[in-house]
Amino acid sequence: MGRLNVTLCGIELDNPVIPASGTFGYGYEFAELYDINVLGTFSCKGTTLAPRFGNETPRITEAPAGMINAVGLQNPGVEQVIARELPRLKSVFRKPMMANVSGFSVEEYAAVCQKLDREPQVGWLEVNISCPNVHGGGMSFGTDPRQAAEVTRAVKAVTTKPVIMKLSPNVTDIAAVARACEEAGADGISLINTLMAMRIDLKTRRPILANTTGGLSGPAVFPVALRMVWQVARAVSIPVIGLGGVSSAEDVIEMMLAGATAVEIGAANLREPFICRDIIADLPRVMDRLGIDNLRDIIGGANQ
Amino acid sequence: MKQSAFTIIENKQLTDSILRLRLQGDTSAVTAPGQFVNVLLEGRFLRRPISVCDMEGDVLTLIYKVVGRGTEQLRAMVPGERLDLLTGLGNGYDLSAAGPNPLVIGGGVGVPPMYWLTKRLIAAGCRVTAVLGFNTADEIFYDDLFRALGAEVILTTADGSRGIRGFVTDALPGLSYSYYYACGPEPMLKAVWRAAQGSGQLSFEKRMGCGFGACMGCSCRTVTGSKRICREGPVLTKEEIRWDD
Repeated sequence: MGRLNVTLCGIELDNPVIPASGTFGYGYEFAELYDINVLGTFSCKGTTLAPRFGNETPRITEAPAGMINAVGLQNPGVEQVIARELPRLKSVFRKPMMANVSGFSVEEYAAVCQKLDREPQVGWLEVNISCPNVHGGGMSFGTDPRQAAEVTRAVKAVTTKPVIMKLSPNVTDIAAVARACEEAGADGISLINTLMAMRIDLKTRRPILANTTGGLSGPAVFPVALRMVWQVARAVSIPVIGLGGVSSAEDVIEMMLAGATAVEIGAANLREPFICRDIIADLPRVMDRLGIDNLRDIIGGANQ
Repeated sequence: MKQSAFTIIENKQLTDSILRLRLQGDTSAVTAPGQFVNVLLEGRFLRRPISVCDMEGDVLTLIYKVVGRGTEQLRAMVPGERLDLLTGLGNGYDLSAAGPNPLVIGGGVGVPPMYWLTKRLIAAGCRVTAVLGFNTADEIFYDDLFRALGAEVILTTADGSRGIRGFVTDALPGLSYSYYYACGPEPMLKAVWRAAQGSGQLSFEKRMGCGFGACMGCSCRTVTGSKRICREGPVLTKEEIRWDD
């Protein structure tokens, strides 16, 4: 194994860098920019059973050291993802990909996962129980340990692929939600999704986003995400993927020290389209400077 | 799309709040009028999308309006400083539909992309009429440069301080044209879409996250399904536009 390799739920990654769902489409937009096979893997746009247009616009606004989005899970629906997106991806990405799944009911989560379970390109299912931008679904499952466990069980019953539950930071005790997912059979945890936020236009005196609220991401949330990754990594024994504001090789290492086995990069892709490739290229140099031989040796290092 | 550093060679005030930025760098990804670039500003998380006003060799001209802190910061930059740009974004206008005498319609900061378009149309042998709309005479810019290209220019101002009093649509009755191209604020585009004869292409502006199709922040509904303004747009044909209110 190389010095960047890590193992995520039984599947080996060349490096721990994973573009996060919603910032990388279904992969091929970025494949026009660089060879995306340099990535550990990537997590695709959140996929639901039916196609969704998402929220009205404006869907995006800026924040100090970050951005707020309320896209609202725009996606072509799982049938189209299987019929169109995955075959297109195959020509540019030869590694297992992470399929991000969203839903509005326990049954919908299970139905989408069941369909994706049959796809050999899918390595992991990342189940988003934390979208703050849709009503009657998403985050409501991730704010209650009991419901989080229910979704986990339903999904695990229909797939043999590793199931990673993506958690919301908009809770009082994130470790309790993570433990509930682990007890229900989850193979991994990823966190954090975005923090609920909003902005008001001073001229119109109205909320800027059409959805009123959205999710904050970017460097502004990094210390919050790191703290939660730390808490969850201490609370569970399954692998944790850390995300939230990661934008440099140093941030990747810090997340891993907090307990992350792999690290997702989200908002930074939108500002710097080449950032994942550049971080992967930077890692060995930064590791040398910090006296790190292998990344897998530092996972949870700050917890010891 | 390309990401590269450009050097500022000019950052010149044209009116109270409108400036012209001329930048030198790798322009190879810029292929059509109506495309835009996305500008990274120190300390700002999201890039600022600005349409291309002109391109000559390795020099890009961008015209921007100071509307907030980001553009205020851009105003303070001086020749010699460098800017990180994503270039070659968006589809741009399709010139092949123009016919012999196309009409170009620009309103406010929608005027700049019409300059390079006009230049290209005239180079292709078209007779171009340009309707340029502003709020007041003080806010007018580039009308002389459109004339220098050989276009017939019709000005409108909302307060009547110069040209036709009213909006760009007040200049349309009586004009005959083979096709039209428009760029401006959404209410103007809607009025043009309703008032202009025949077919055309209209360029839209929306708050964007990435500017290159990754985030789905600028989606809009069209008669042929959802489109990303930054990627399948910003130019849409008259026929595919759907107004939802």
